[in-house]
Amino acid sequence: MLFSQARNFFAADAQADRVVPPTGFTARLTIFAAGAMAFLAVFALALSLASGRLADRWGDALAKSATIRITAPTDQMDIQALAVMEVLATTPGVKSARPLSDEEQRALLEPWFGPDLPLDRLPIPRLIELVEDENGVDADGLRARLAGEAPGAVLDDHNRWREPLVRAADRLRMLAYVAMVLITALAGVVITLAASAALAANEQVIRVLRLVGAQDSYIARAFVRRYTLRALIGAAVGTMLGMIAMLLLPATGDQGNFLTGLGFQGSHWLVPAVIPPVAALVAFIATRQAALATLQEKR
Amino acid sequence: MIELTQVSYGYGAGTLLNDMSLKLAPGSFHFLTGPSGAGKTTFLKLCYGELVPTQGSISIFDQDARHMSRDDVALMRRRVGVVHQDCQFLNHLSVAENIALPLTVSGRPMQDMRELNELLAWVGLTSQAEAKPPELSGGERQRAALARAVIMSPDVILADEPTGNVDWDMSIRLLTLLIELNRLGKTVMIATHDMNLIRHAKSHVQTRVLRIAGGQLNTAGADL
Repeated sequence: MLFSQARNFFAADAQADRVVPPTGFTARLTIFAAGAMAFLAVFALALSLASGRLADRWGDALAKSATIRITAPTDQMDIQALAVMEVLATTPGVKSARPLSDEEQRALLEPWFGPDLPLDRLPIPRLIELVEDENGVDADGLRARLAGEAPGAVLDDHNRWREPLVRAADRLRMLAYVAMVLITALAGVVITLAASAALAANEQVIRVLRLVGAQDSYIARAFVRRYTLRALIGAAVGTMLGMIAMLLLPATGDQGNFLTGLGFQGSHWLVPAVIPPVAALVAFIATRQAALATLQEKR
Repeated sequence: MIELTQVSYGYGAGTLLNDMSLKLAPGSFHFLTGPSGAGKTTFLKLCYGELVPTQGSISIFDQDARHMSRDDVALMRRRVGVVHQDCQFLNHLSVAENIALPLTVSGRPMQDMRELNELLAWVGLTSQAEAKPPELSGGERQRAALARAVIMSPDVILADEPTGNVDWDMSIRLLTLLIELNRLGKTVMIATHDMNLIRHAKSHVQTRVLRIAGGQLNTAGADL
């Protein structure tokens, strides 16, 4: 059924295409609407892909690491650090663990306190970086053991940082999906309105076609084919312009964070290629529904 | 072929056509006359399924018009050629394309252009084949409409005031074409209020003259 409809749709001869007169306004409206929607869809698509990557990146980066913070009197610090390292050496799921050097801790604090921080004279907690293997660490079990072996050690498994970040990225991705659905629906509405206007303007054409024995499917196809092709052309141009705009986004280097990653990466550059066919499909369905509804009103 | 049984039709509360019965036999030639507004066009529209009766039944090629789907109506119209007084063309297509339109919409493209050229020559429009309909005179438009009506070789030809906008010579020319079609076995019904045309036709072909007046369908008097 669908196959035969598609075959009839693409096999329509040139003469059949000509039975509907060219309608300037609705034609331009359809092409412009499809182009604008495709342009916006490129950005929504880029946003969804970038937020997906961001969620993965934040999730992966923070999920596999943890920090143990030791707060103890100066004379106890090394003893507790050693105890923590011993506990970690016998904890399943630990891939590696190492205390941060003074230089590394200074580098961490430098953005807030400047480069001349006297670490040796300040009660700064000692930090131990822990990298988990693929099985992960039983955080509760580790906390219990640390409480026994090194009372000043606190395990921070990054959950309280990671969860809101990943949730925010997921929410952003969801918003991008919603934007794409809205853009698709809006394209359908605009094309339906354009097709309905064209059908209303061509009432005389429909009457003549009916008079000479044209079936509904033939009349509908003449309109549907025209609007589908216009939507395809408009969306192709809009998609191309959108991708050019993505290419022209300024590169901000490593400092750009999310903005740097907003463009497409690798094979993701191929994903916008689905926009023109989707626009054509939306136009096909919208115009066909509008045409059949209009034709149903007239005998 | 087309049979009306106790057909009534009304717009709104009023009844325009009342209790009409008629059978159009194959190869017959009919005139439908009556005063303006009597319902001649409505009667023809009932005969080709554009309207359905409010009472009674119409059988078109053995199908009940009241129960025909829109696609059934479309298929039926390929067997009924209709000539309107206002012709109803697609003005963005050429005369030749308009004449070939019934073939186009039925998915039966011309085997070759000879068939179309013969039809254009028959109605005397060879030199206007590429013209657009608005460029034609009234008589040329009527002949083009007639050519379009017969290109599918229909069984029935219904013509609504085909000579309403043309002079006497052109009226006779159009009538002659319709009589030729009737001699080929086509059923013809012409709605007109031109009594001279009817009298002229009666001297060339056996016709039945029907008159609609006061909502009733009757056989016209012997004064014709």
